[in-house]
Amino acid sequence: MKWSEFFVTGEPLIYAADVAIVLTMIGIVFVLTYFKKWKWLWNEWLTTVDHKKIGVMYIICAVLMLFRGGVDALLMRAQLTAPNMKFLDAQHYNEIFTTHGTIMILFMAMPFIIGLMNIVVPLQIGARDVAFPYLNALSFWLFFFGAMLFNISFVIGGSPDAGWTAYFPLASNEFSHGVGNNYYAIALQISGIGTLMTGINFLVTILKMRAPGMTLMRMPMFTWTILITSVLIVFAFPVLTVALALMTFDRLFDTQFFTMANGGMSMLWANLFWIWGHPEVYIVILPAFGIFSEVVSTFAQKRLFGYKAMVGSIVGIAFLSFIVWVHHFFTMGAGPAVNSVFSITTMAIAIPTGVKIFNWLFTLRKGKIRFTTAMLWSLAFIPNFVIGGVTGVMLAMAAADYQYHNSYFLIAHFHYVLIAGTVFACFAGLHYWYPKMFGHLLNERLGKWTFWLFMIGFNVCFFPMYFLGLMGMTRRMYTYSDGLGWTPLNVVATVGAVLMGLGFIVLCYNIYYSARYGERDMTGDPWNGRTLEWATASPPVHYNFPVVPIVDDLDAYWVMKKKQGGFEVKEEELKPIHMPSHSGRPFWMAVAFFVAGFGLVFKWFTLAIAGALFIVLGLVFRSFENDDGYYIGIDEIKRAERAARKGA
Amino acid sequence: MGANSHRESFPWKHIIGFVLSLVLTFAALWVALSSGLPLKAMIVIIVLFAMIQASLQLFMFMHVAESDSGKVQTFNMVYSFFIAVVVVAGSVWVMQFVL
Amino acid sequence: MGEAAHRYDETMPLEYRTEEGRLNILGFWIFLGAEIALFATLFATYLVLFQRTGSGPTAQELFQVKDVLVETLLLLTSSFTCGLAVFEMRRGRLAGLLTWLLVTLLLGVGFITFEIREFIHYVHEGATMQTSAFLSSFFVLVGTHGAHVSLGIGWMVLIMIQLLQRGLTPKTARKVFIVSLYWHFLDVVWIFIFTLVYLLGMVV
Repeated sequence: MKWSEFFVTGEPLIYAADVAIVLTMIGIVFVLTYFKKWKWLWNEWLTTVDHKKIGVMYIICAVLMLFRGGVDALLMRAQLTAPNMKFLDAQHYNEIFTTHGTIMILFMAMPFIIGLMNIVVPLQIGARDVAFPYLNALSFWLFFFGAMLFNISFVIGGSPDAGWTAYFPLASNEFSHGVGNNYYAIALQISGIGTLMTGINFLVTILKMRAPGMTLMRMPMFTWTILITSVLIVFAFPVLTVALALMTFDRLFDTQFFTMANGGMSMLWANLFWIWGHPEVYIVILPAFGIFSEVVSTFAQKRLFGYKAMVGSIVGIAFLSFIVWVHHFFTMGAGPAVNSVFSITTMAIAIPTGVKIFNWLFTLRKGKIRFTTAMLWSLAFIPNFVIGGVTGVMLAMAAADYQYHNSYFLIAHFHYVLIAGTVFACFAGLHYWYPKMFGHLLNERLGKWTFWLFMIGFNVCFFPMYFLGLMGMTRRMYTYSDGLGWTPLNVVATVGAVLMGLGFIVLCYNIYYSARYGERDMTGDPWNGRTLEWATASPPVHYNFPVVPIVDDLDAYWVMKKKQGGFEVKEEELKPIHMPSHSGRPFWMAVAFFVAGFGLVFKWFTLAIAGALFIVLGLVFRSFENDDGYYIGIDEIKRAERAARKGA
Repeated sequence: MGANSHRESFPWKHIIGFVLSLVLTFAALWVALSSGLPLKAMIVIIVLFAMIQASLQLFMFMHVAESDSGKVQTFNMVYSFFIAVVVVAGSVWVMQFVL
Repeated sequence: MGEAAHRYDETMPLEYRTEEGRLNILGFWIFLGAEIALFATLFATYLVLFQRTGSGPTAQELFQVKDVLVETLLLLTSSFTCGLAVFEMRRGRLAGLLTWLLVTLLLGVGFITFEIREFIHYVHEGATMQTSAFLSSFFVLVGTHGAHVSLGIGWMVLIMIQLLQRGLTPKTARKVFIVSLYWHFLDVVWIFIFTLVYLLGMVV
């Protein structure tokens, strides 16, 4: 293989990126060495099995990926601002929209949500960790190295360029020769395994590790959404595993699954992809709904309206989400019978979502509303998401969809539901739970600047796209002609994108500023919260709760505060606490997956087999593992509790 | 919790499960290869036999309903089966338009 | 939640007596649910593609009843003997447990041997996984099942070593129970392979 095939050459921007990557790596090594932090990094972060730390690592990755996905978006918007621009040629444009979509959904939204899930759920249910802490660490590192593998593609070997949906026959070897789409198949496979493990982990955690007295119908709404999301993950991700494996076989081993000859069926890919793909979007939106439920009830200072209906609707949404997938390809030719059935199921799924919107509105009604940043994001979600939702119902009408499909109308729809739904929720959740994660609050003034810049920018960017779609502008086009009348709205959209970028910069500044000057959270309960995570210190002691709380009612902590002034811990009740040991194996096994994956991408099978052998070795060592964790003695608990109260 | 299940003196459940599985296997073989039934009926019957055998083994061999989590485990298997039917039947139905 | 109220005493089977045992076993059942979704996707692919044979051989031309029957009986019997192994375990009999695990393992090896011979036979006839969509999906579906069985054999060996090293404890009992769930599950999947791949292939 020539160097010019291995490294991506000939592009000034790519060379700049190469330099930036190398400098960053040198910078990191230098800082760690200068401050003598290698041991700290290994002991505190790379080998941790603590759900709170794992959650923080997920969120850091998500914010970094939001940056990269956002830069991709700005590049696309730059190219489309005016007709016939030569900023990006077709090949580069294809690579950029592919990485934009893949990164935003799989490496930004998923880890952000999984990160919040990790930090919050064990605390909300009064548990000390998840059911399988070691597996949890492995999940994170698999995600991390899968994301790493995907991210280096643009400088080594070449980006995937067949869209985040990687349709065949375009994604086949015949039409996409080169390693780009191999990266897609293999990196997503590695990350996907991590996600599947997370689903299993949280399902068992929520079912079996709730504090005594916390029946299912007394769980916080965020925990409910994570329970249902975990079910979706467990049943949807294996479908992706198979689809990606079949893609890998076609691309690497010349099988005939999605080929155009010898019996292959290209369209089968779209079918399998979307059987996973539709539940996937519900996997990112249900936790968002959970976050909004928490934030809205906290800052309206009212119990969430219609708890049972909320639970019923998320169960309904989850059930329906597996039987709507064909709406992603109404135009593929399945015919009126198939299209009609899926049209109906798709419209049906809007109903439970509507129920939830009304419940949030009723929660707000007659509440004493506090307009914190988290609350602003949640309030903005309601009208903006509804816009996305109703355009979804428009798209659900199969006959009408023949006009809308893959136009900018579709792009506007899904950005309205994904950004106003998932991204707003991630920002709301970040502000809401930030003090719990780091012990200090994010600055409210800066938060509000971010909110207004981003929220207005988002509407300025994407609302025009509905009209561009109706005017005939198609998705994934790298340029367009003069004289079509599309230019003014494209200019407006670019302005909106720039505003969103500015909002993101303010957010980054907020994170830095708050780390230095931010208000410290002394009580552990900065918002007068309703659920158990607010009964812990900020950040919580590593074992979360000194004694397992006993739960009497919904909004467990609120009730505790009313009845007994808070979460009282009597020293006589203290017992030694069992904790799982740290382990470096999840990290090393994920490295082995990376090596094996990299080998497969380039068809260097010796390397792939070597990596696979290390994975097996890791499993064998795990099987013989005799380390059962350690105990924290009562004296140590007392010391830790006193330090938490004092330092707080 | 089925604490009695391990106090059995003889593995009756397993033997019955094994014998019935053998019966269903050979019955399906006969239906497919020797019965002379029309194709559609044949397919329905052998699939039915497969589902019965699978359920049998879930209960007799795997003790799916045992333990505190027995209800969750059973529901999990039922839901998995539902997903499997949706994925398999759904894919065959949706993709049949391809010539 | 009722966990704390239960008394976990000598009437419980060994594998359920620790919290970790109970969590791991439930976790594994859920993993089996995910495996069902995985195999369902492979079956869906197979059923959509199995009549698309291109210029290659069809199922009827390739499949032999005798081979399929031998494989089926080997795997089914191994599932039965695996059940006997767990039965012995619940009666605290380590020797019986190890014996039946060994029999299970050997039957499993027999199954894999026959399957590999079957695959090699097809390849010699010119039917490889690159030949047609039917053959790609056949080899990947049945091959994935075979790979799972092979992994199960390796896993069982590791557990048998641990049983010999550490004896029958709540921890090793849990491991045996979980691998037995895995093994039984693979036979359940085979029931559908037998029916929807081999029987269906021989009549359609």
